[in-house]
Amino acid sequence: MFDFWIILTGTLVAATSGILGCFLVLRKMSLVGDAISHSVLPGIAIAFIVSGSRDSLLMMVGAAILGLITVFLIQLLQQGGLQSDASIGIVFTALFAIGVILISRNASNIDLDLDCVLFGEIAYVQWDILVINGYNMGPAAVWFLGITLLIVLLVIGLFYKQFKICAFDPALAAALGIPVALFHYLLMGLVSLSTVASFESVGAILVVGMLIVPASTAYLLTDRLSIMLLYSVLVGALSSAGGYYFAKWLDASIAGSMVTVAGLLFLLAFLFSPLHGLVARFSRRRRMKSMTA
Amino acid sequence: MFDTMFGWFSDPNMRWILTGSLLLGLGSGVIGSFTFLRKQSLLGDALAHAALPGICIAFMLSGVKSVGLFMIGAILSGMLATFGIHFVTRYSRIKQDAALGIVLTVFFGVGVVLMTKIQHSGNGNQSGLDKYMFGQAASMMLSDVYLMGAVSVLLVLICALFFKEFKLVSFDPGFARGMGLKVWLYEQLLLLLTVIAVVVGIQAVGVVLVAALLITPAVAARYWTDALGIMVVLAGLFGALSGVTGTLISSTLSNLPTGPVTVLAATALFVVSIVFAPRRGLLAKWLRHRRTRKDVRSGLGVQTAPSMISQHAAERGAD
Repeated sequence: MFDFWIILTGTLVAATSGILGCFLVLRKMSLVGDAISHSVLPGIAIAFIVSGSRDSLLMMVGAAILGLITVFLIQLLQQGGLQSDASIGIVFTALFAIGVILISRNASNIDLDLDCVLFGEIAYVQWDILVINGYNMGPAAVWFLGITLLIVLLVIGLFYKQFKICAFDPALAAALGIPVALFHYLLMGLVSLSTVASFESVGAILVVGMLIVPASTAYLLTDRLSIMLLYSVLVGALSSAGGYYFAKWLDASIAGSMVTVAGLLFLLAFLFSPLHGLVARFSRRRRMKSMTA
Repeated sequence: MFDTMFGWFSDPNMRWILTGSLLLGLGSGVIGSFTFLRKQSLLGDALAHAALPGICIAFMLSGVKSVGLFMIGAILSGMLATFGIHFVTRYSRIKQDAALGIVLTVFFGVGVVLMTKIQHSGNGNQSGLDKYMFGQAASMMLSDVYLMGAVSVLLVLICALFFKEFKLVSFDPGFARGMGLKVWLYEQLLLLLTVIAVVVGIQAVGVVLVAALLITPAVAARYWTDALGIMVVLAGLFGALSGVTGTLISSTLSNLPTGPVTVLAATALFVVSIVFAPRRGLLAKWLRHRRTRKDVRSGLGVQTAPSMISQHAAERGAD
């Protein structure tokens, strides 16, 4: 059971992030996920200070609001003429700094540990059990993440066409009358929701890693968005299961191992993808040379 | 107030830490100007995370907690990371932002694995590793401050020495190549300096916030001027001011960590710049807008039009 819950939690994070990650990678906004995952920290801290409890739902709300504020501020600076990477960097470091100060001033003696928020400890997942009417419903995180995955699937499924056009050709989308800004904020809302939902149970690195790495791996393996989404989820699930056993074997961080395995899978795709891999690229070039020679 | 101020300067320990954070801010502000112009602002964030496995491996190999060794390990893995980012963007369809993200998270993931491995191996000497990662400016030892100060001075000197080359490489690599400049060499040198600035900064402000030292002062400086020389000097000044302010505030108020306060000081300078900068600031833009409207209304629009056009052209040319 121990193994099962952890791998399931990891897979749920991977699936949610993988789906959203595909759109981020295609829209060249991979690092927005990184920014959001760091800047939700003050949201968590404020929710904690206001309520005085570690109520997950309240923290999620606080964090999600901060996630949207982050996106809004980045957008604002960009519209003012600043490069996107610089806008991201300024906004998230400032918000993260505020978060660290709030936590170290108000919550340092309580159970809101900075290390834990950043690294997360997926191994603790099964001890936080959801109990309804005296029934043991399994780990609370699995429920949270499951619901998040459902929401993401629902929204993306409903507006798949719109998201697809916005990802590949925002100008065309605007010309077709699709409210591009609305879908931008919808996507970002989903990213901050899933970041926040995953955050508490698995920590920031795993979320950011799962947003970017499996989606990039999938991007090297196919040219079709639907298949890219599928591959991204599969690669994420594989990383989470593989990472768990890797961590068990090494006696080291589970979240770190999952990201490491995702990195190895990316390396494999980078080298050996039949479409876009390095080996295929070079053999194609060589064949072309021998044909012309 | 006066007593505390006197206290700062009479306490030799404090004096050294102040000097260290001043030099650190200066160095990263100067280097940050070039990374910002080369549109690599988030490279600092990636490199800071990528340093972790290097630090862990340095500790695993040597078994001692030495800042010098950590720095060598961090610089080596930082250089490996820049190589990885370059390689992935060059030889696949992955764009630079995703490549940056992949390297950042995977290196950090590997680092976390190594760090937990070290912790579980029961080596009692490892407790300093996480302090190193999260930055502890207040508990820095004198020798660390010497090292940071020396490295920062070196960074600034190298930038001054190769200013012309760095300028060409940052603005127009193609032209620089045409002039027979070894662009590749200077790009590598700039990358190396960035890695060094990041690695030095980690210890003072921590992994996540080190990116801010490179980005925020440089961007703030950009609002005030169009000349690279002035921008670099201003960025250095802003960085130094942030470092000093951060250290002073966190030492007078208890429970305030130095790194985040330093970053917020830099952010405050950025906000001041974005509002009050003479030509590109929001206030100036708003005043200009209002004046134009008034001129148009009072029938002076025709006369002012040419000057507006030239101003507009100047702005366009600056971007």
